[in-house]
Amino acid sequence: MSTLAIDKGGPTRKVKYRSMSRDRTWALRWSYFFLVLFAIFSLVPPIYMLITSLKSSAEISAATNPWWVFHPTLANYVELLTSNQFLRFFWNSAVVSIVVVCVTMLISIPAAFALARMKFWGSTTLATGVFLTYLVPDSLLFIPLFKMLAAVQDITGITLLNRWYVLLFIYPTLTVPFCTWIMIGYFASIPKELDEAALIDGASWLQTLTRIFIPVALPGLIAATIFAFTVSWAQFLYPLVFTTSIDQLVLPVGITTTLIKGDVFNWGQIMTGALLGAAPPLIIYAFLMDYYIAGLTAGATKG
Amino acid sequence: MAFFLTLPLILLIALFVLYPAFYSMHLATLNKSMQKFVGLSNFTFLFKRDTFWMVVRQSCIFALTAVFFKALMGFIVAHFVHNLPAKGQRKWRGMLLVPWVIPPAMSTLAWLWLFDPSYSAFNYTLSFFGVGPIPWLGDTFWARFSVILVNVWYGAPFFMIMYLAALKSVPDQLYEAAAIDGANWWQKIWHITLPMMRNIIAITTLFSLIVTFANFDIVRILTSGGPLDSTHLFATWAFQVGIQSSDIPLGACVSLFMVPILAVAAIFILRDVNKRGNEA
Repeated sequence: MSTLAIDKGGPTRKVKYRSMSRDRTWALRWSYFFLVLFAIFSLVPPIYMLITSLKSSAEISAATNPWWVFHPTLANYVELLTSNQFLRFFWNSAVVSIVVVCVTMLISIPAAFALARMKFWGSTTLATGVFLTYLVPDSLLFIPLFKMLAAVQDITGITLLNRWYVLLFIYPTLTVPFCTWIMIGYFASIPKELDEAALIDGASWLQTLTRIFIPVALPGLIAATIFAFTVSWAQFLYPLVFTTSIDQLVLPVGITTTLIKGDVFNWGQIMTGALLGAAPPLIIYAFLMDYYIAGLTAGATKG
Repeated sequence: MAFFLTLPLILLIALFVLYPAFYSMHLATLNKSMQKFVGLSNFTFLFKRDTFWMVVRQSCIFALTAVFFKALMGFIVAHFVHNLPAKGQRKWRGMLLVPWVIPPAMSTLAWLWLFDPSYSAFNYTLSFFGVGPIPWLGDTFWARFSVILVNVWYGAPFFMIMYLAALKSVPDQLYEAAAIDGANWWQKIWHITLPMMRNIIAITTLFSLIVTFANFDIVRILTSGGPLDSTHLFATWAFQVGIQSSDIPLGACVSLFMVPILAVAAIFILRDVNKRGNEA
């Protein structure tokens, strides 16, 4: 009797197992099918940028199949990369972004260190305040900032409006709160024994920071740097409001305001410019994807 | 010592965030030439304008619809990616996150070109299916649809990444236990995945609500608020009124209307983030 029961049990289990694995294969097929659809949706605009950037104006206005390049040409790239105006935008963007990254790190690393390790009067309030500042959008502050800059300019006589360097003071308001916030998290996760040991060995606070905290929290530091760079590179509203002369513009504003002239849209060049403008963040992302994602997900968690 | 280390941070926030925020309230009570105190008459002036109410409505519709679809799409895509064998996940995740990496001002230009009235690549493709040329940006309904579409395209990857991280933190034993109890896939999602991800869904949604509500780039480049101001959000309308028409007090006034909604969302985020911190 008992052997019969086992014999009966064998096949049923086998059949059930096979059907589950068939379900699994189908689930996988459906996953791939929908993922391909979503990937097409995600990649159509950047790919279309690339397609258009390889076309001549004549081919674009001939309205042939928009998804195909019949006479590929690099003329748009050559024209933009030899145009002083475009290189100027690129240069302005690069200088602003790099300086802002440095300023951000100089402000947020010491602050995060202090907030993570030294309990002082108001430190928790300050940490909360930093997080709240991160939630303040640029579109809330651009009007009062514009008026402030105009007022300071009137009082001191220093030209601030329509100068790219004013962005160096404004961009950190967008980058510093977030970077400080995630650095607090990374610093707080370092075991206390580590810096206690350093203190016993006679290290100063500065040495503890540079010899222990920065090397140990390096992944967080890279994530914060990437964040600060991409935010400064992509920022559009502040430079649009604060700068107007051609030689003061950064890349996003430069492309949208100078390449779009009245009714004449030179789409080949606009797409080339947009693609070149998107290149630095994309390249960073391609090489440092894991840090990029770490920074992205760290923002919503405390530590 | 500690105070000294945080001093630059405090100065930055005080000078360029706190001060402008209060200055904005002061500006909102001045007249156009900014020489006379007019109390709340800027606000009452706005209340009497139809455009203002249209902006309020459009901002709410835009933010709520866009966030809803971003969350939904992010959730679905995250599930599909999570289903894949661990080896292939990286590649797909990398591809699907591209919209979030491109600066929005640049990618919106590509969309503007895809929506072009005479050369639209979408209309070219649709014409093969017998669907007539769609006035993507020329018609009120379609323009509102388009700005939401572009915002969903840009923001869904963020949700995808956050949910994917959350999905990975759900212990497999829970699903195994549910499978033994005979739960189907829907019951697994409803009784295990969603409750386990509740906190991260709340934080991501509220966070995205703030960013979407305050959005500027996409609408500015795609439609500049048109046709007939029907796609204006608070940010783009404040820009048009305050900077382009140089009525700074009125512009400040418009942007201040974002504060109540942002404040409510911020309070909830703070609560959830602190809760998360205590759990860990």
